[in-house]
Amino acid sequence: MNTNGNTYTVIYSTVLVILVAAILAFVAMSLQDKQNENIKLETITKVLTAAAQSDDNVSIDETTDVLKMYTDMISAAFYVDGEGTVKDQMNMGKNNVKDIVVPSTSDLKKQNDIIKKIEDAKDEASRAELLKTLDLPVFVFNINGKTVTVMPCYGAGLWGPIWGYIALADDGKTIVGAIFDHKGETPGLGAKIAEAPFYLSFKGKALSDGEPVFAVEKGKHEGEPSCVDAISGATITSRALGIGINLWAKYYRPYLNASAAENAAQAAEDAATCPESVN
Amino acid sequence: MKDINYKEVLLKPIFKGNPVTVLVLGICSSLAVTVQLKGAFVMALSVIIVTGLSSFVVSILRNSIPNRIRIIVQLVVVALMVILVDQVLKAYAYSISKTLSVYVGLIITNCIVMGRIEAFALGNKPIPSLLDGLANGAGYGLILIVVAFFRELLGSGTLFGFRIIPQSFYDAGYMDNGLVILPPMALILLGLIVWIQRSIQKDLQEK
Repeated sequence: MNTNGNTYTVIYSTVLVILVAAILAFVAMSLQDKQNENIKLETITKVLTAAAQSDDNVSIDETTDVLKMYTDMISAAFYVDGEGTVKDQMNMGKNNVKDIVVPSTSDLKKQNDIIKKIEDAKDEASRAELLKTLDLPVFVFNINGKTVTVMPCYGAGLWGPIWGYIALADDGKTIVGAIFDHKGETPGLGAKIAEAPFYLSFKGKALSDGEPVFAVEKGKHEGEPSCVDAISGATITSRALGIGINLWAKYYRPYLNASAAENAAQAAEDAATCPESVN
Repeated sequence: MKDINYKEVLLKPIFKGNPVTVLVLGICSSLAVTVQLKGAFVMALSVIIVTGLSSFVVSILRNSIPNRIRIIVQLVVVALMVILVDQVLKAYAYSISKTLSVYVGLIITNCIVMGRIEAFALGNKPIPSLLDGLANGAGYGLILIVVAFFRELLGSGTLFGFRIIPQSFYDAGYMDNGLVILPPMALILLGLIVWIQRSIQKDLQEK
């Protein structure tokens, strides 16, 4: 048979490529569930890691049963809109760990798109309308008696999306933990946002009331409460992270203020009813 | 067709004709994924599977492949195997697939795979081709594991994540060598392995 003819070559390559595509599609479909489960587990681990940084006695490593720890510690998980109103509840998996619902990065992207639309909104009416459509995820943990609220953030890095989870104390401002991740930032430079020395530098800082809410900047910021040192050689990734945090914190603010007021009232009430428990 | 010496097909790529130290192929990934033994081990396994299976498949197709699009056909087969391995890793070894990141995908461009297909699989029967692919992958994997062994031991004081250097050493002032973690030291280690091999195997030395 002449294997060098044009017709043969075209037919051969077509059949080969279709065959390969079919195999890949089949494999991708059959492994999809398992892969999504891994991604979900990773998100849960990230959220929990951010919250766990608030307590030095709680640590997470490879051997930790993340799902059990998550269901033990979480006290509420729900969505809020841009006005601070609590919307739907998320399944926390208290009955069955398989039911845990966490927002995927594509969910975060959807919210980010709405936030961008709100930023561009021309008039107050359409802005208010869009604010109501936001579904910002909130995780509330009870870690050894302390309330820790975890808010996600999302932004556009140098090569792809970057996102993270910031754990806030009950005043809705003090950062007690943070963790970030990225799709494909430069290894050794931008990818460092997902590594320990960088995200740990957020602990103990606070979201400020002014503008910007939080800054990721190069320079000495030891004394400043709302600023961390950016990563050398990763200007765009660092800047994108700062923008992402600022933007998201702005829309979480109504909810955070409301819950902080509630927490303060609760604390005052507790102190009034049983003052001896302070000791 | 000439008789194939199976012993040589299997053993030559491990030491005498090692694809990394003698042919100096596949250097990029052997520098990038050898920080920890676990990652290196999975990478080695992935490459063994990819080289073996793609040599096997190309060898089955060898008489039907149109000569003009030979490289493209090989590339499609290799890419298929690599994506399969990548998908399986993502489903069953997610954390390792994250540490290996792009390097699993980059097996496609690993010269060892294409090199063996061109040099061996196109002219030999499927079974010898499979063995040749597996052996070359193993030769690559062996170097990867040797380099990773030293890098993890000296750089993190662990092997497969288990602490080897006892805490008392650290208390006495011993410190992990941060340089070993970085890619340049992997290149130096690789150079040392080439040096050792050439001093044992005199016929490799250039006059």
